[in-house]
Amino acid sequence: MANPDSEHIVPDHFDSAEQAFDASKMGLWLFMVTEILLFGGLFVTYIVYRSLYPEMFHEASGHLNKILGGVNTVVLICSSFSMAMAVNRTQFNKPRQAAWLLLFTILCGVTFMTVKYFEYTHKFHEGLLPGAHFTFEGIQHPKTPLFFSLYFMMTGLHGVHVLVGMGLIFWVWTRTLRGHFSSRYYTPVELTGIYWHLVDLIWIYLFPLLYLVG
Amino acid sequence: MAEHSHHKSYLEEGGVKSWFTTLDHKRIGIMYLFTTMFFFAVGGIFGLLVRLELLQPGPLFSPDLYNKFFTLHGAIMIFMFIIPNIPAALGNFFLPIHIGAKDVAFPRLNLASYYIFVGGATLLILSLLTGGVDTGWTFYTPYSIRTATSVVLATLGVFVMGFSGILTGLNFMTTVHKLRAPGMTFYRMPLFIWAIYATAIIQVLATPVIGITTLLLVMERVLGVGFFDPKLGGDPVLFQHFFWFYSHPAVYIMILPGMGIVSEVIPVFSRKHIFGYKAIAYSSLAIAFISFIVWGHHMFVSSQSPLANFLFSILTMFVAVPTAIKIFNWTATLYKGSIQLKTPMLYALAFIFLFTIGGLTGLFLAALSVDVHLHDTYFVVAHFHYVMMGGTVMGLLAGLHYWWPKMFGKMYPETLGKISWAFNFVGFNVTFLPQFWLGSDGMPRRYHDYLPQYAHWNLVSTVGSWLIGAGMLLMFGYFIASLFKKEKAADNPWGGKTLEWQISSPPPVHNFEKTPVITEGPYEYGQP
Repeated sequence: MANPDSEHIVPDHFDSAEQAFDASKMGLWLFMVTEILLFGGLFVTYIVYRSLYPEMFHEASGHLNKILGGVNTVVLICSSFSMAMAVNRTQFNKPRQAAWLLLFTILCGVTFMTVKYFEYTHKFHEGLLPGAHFTFEGIQHPKTPLFFSLYFMMTGLHGVHVLVGMGLIFWVWTRTLRGHFSSRYYTPVELTGIYWHLVDLIWIYLFPLLYLVG
Repeated sequence: MAEHSHHKSYLEEGGVKSWFTTLDHKRIGIMYLFTTMFFFAVGGIFGLLVRLELLQPGPLFSPDLYNKFFTLHGAIMIFMFIIPNIPAALGNFFLPIHIGAKDVAFPRLNLASYYIFVGGATLLILSLLTGGVDTGWTFYTPYSIRTATSVVLATLGVFVMGFSGILTGLNFMTTVHKLRAPGMTFYRMPLFIWAIYATAIIQVLATPVIGITTLLLVMERVLGVGFFDPKLGGDPVLFQHFFWFYSHPAVYIMILPGMGIVSEVIPVFSRKHIFGYKAIAYSSLAIAFISFIVWGHHMFVSSQSPLANFLFSILTMFVAVPTAIKIFNWTATLYKGSIQLKTPMLYALAFIFLFTIGGLTGLFLAALSVDVHLHDTYFVVAHFHYVMMGGTVMGLLAGLHYWWPKMFGKMYPETLGKISWAFNFVGFNVTFLPQFWLGSDGMPRRYHDYLPQYAHWNLVSTVGSWLIGAGMLLMFGYFIASLFKKEKAADNPWGGKTLEWQISSPPPVHNFEKTPVITEGPYEYGQP
């Protein structure tokens, strides 16, 4: 059943490589929808508590580091660009360029997580912890712990997604080095790219909602 | 395509080991079937224990033990049986065959979702072994944050099983869109597939929300994040909103596949084209859509605003419209058909009868003022058992009997089938009809004991549960025994027109020797 033009063997239950590609892409987009809904729960929680305690959000947000958040935003946008270019280079049969771009994307991910690490440890140190563990005394509003619960849950869940994305890009990178992809078959590169862009996009929303509302 | 193939059936190839790594949708369906039916039996035993405690006033078990029994009955039946059962077992087996495909779009993902399901179920069972859960299957906060029982394991189990449901749902949606055989237009798909498709939409769109909800509940207990905990400034009603935003659509994850089976069985055993094909098909999608905007009707007495209550009440009544469309179309299909009362048909008719009662009492509960009286009484328990058991389980049993000869190539015994049906049907009504009276007399649900004036109908109800137990035991017995029969079932014992009946029983590994080309609809009876 395999398409003779393709080095990649099309799975038996598909009639053509196009059908296989279309199916994979649709499956991934559906999965992206579920990711948005997963984060949706947290965004709704955010909306509820922000509409109840806007002045608390205003004050608590000031205790997040806007510079580091901004740096991370730039880093992720750059990584999305390099990821998109990696897909493009693969489609044009330039695996070496694609591999360098993928490596750059992974390094952006590492940078992002490192910055996050320093932000988190600083918050731990100050006692700006979620809910019951909140010990910081610089903010008077009694509901402030809720803001930091949201901060840690939202950025934490996002961070987990960044790590998963980095793992996927690493896997795609090793396969690119082994010459698995070409203009005829690049499904995993494209799908990983879509996933990475979504992870980036979620951060683009998290940054203003958490860091810039103050 | 119709003649016998000499290809090996999917049951024959490879040893026992090959089952654990199989990518064949049929084998994965069978593994789901056995797993979920096992949980059905376990959940059923807990149900019988609940009824046993309520046999007469006064405690038999300790109240704490009773709380664990009804929690596990609910949690196991909902998350480990009704939600996965029909889509993942019968859907997996028949969806690709019904649309003329060799497999689902992502076979490896399909196997992964099975193992993810088993992993989640294991977590829930672990919670049972480490002290059980006593919150009810709804895990309402703040009690679920405070109780000493293993809420973390149980909710993690629900989270993991939800993930499995999401993957199955997106696999099915992609399969329906991308893998239909030539000529298999949407309007030539069997109605079972429309129902499974509508179910998959809900699974994909609603399940992530229970995912984040259970995750946050775990975080409440582990990290004390406080979103749902009034002590930490959170709002327990927010949890209820989240929970029901998933769990109400989930009710339709449970019922839609059963409706799909009934739409298959009714035309075959009436020897007639289904009446109102498109109406039934689109009503499945309509139910899926409406399911997302009615969750507030679970919270009429949870401090929702009167305006929200009013809107949710009206919206809930809309569900009755597509549901009634189905009921009327099935009835019109029966009209002047040459009806054969085989076991699958008996179960399908039981579905229509019982589900209609379940649906109409749902309207009582949708009416705001009535619900304030009936909320959290046995009336609600009776209502949702009429929908879930009278509906989904009867639909499942219709499908199981209908497709048993296809799945295993062995016929179930017809007479025993009818006897067991009678036990289940009569037993069901004896168990749950009295609960409507109990509820309207004000007996609250979830308590381990009750006032003496409720004793009479509780006794009747418990006796009814024994009838169901006997019927189910008989059914499990003859199904298992039939697997060891020598005699082979015919390829098309019911004279069905859908694609699964055009291939051998049990089906060959690749379903079809040649990709079928479809030229007519699935229910063209009475034509050459």
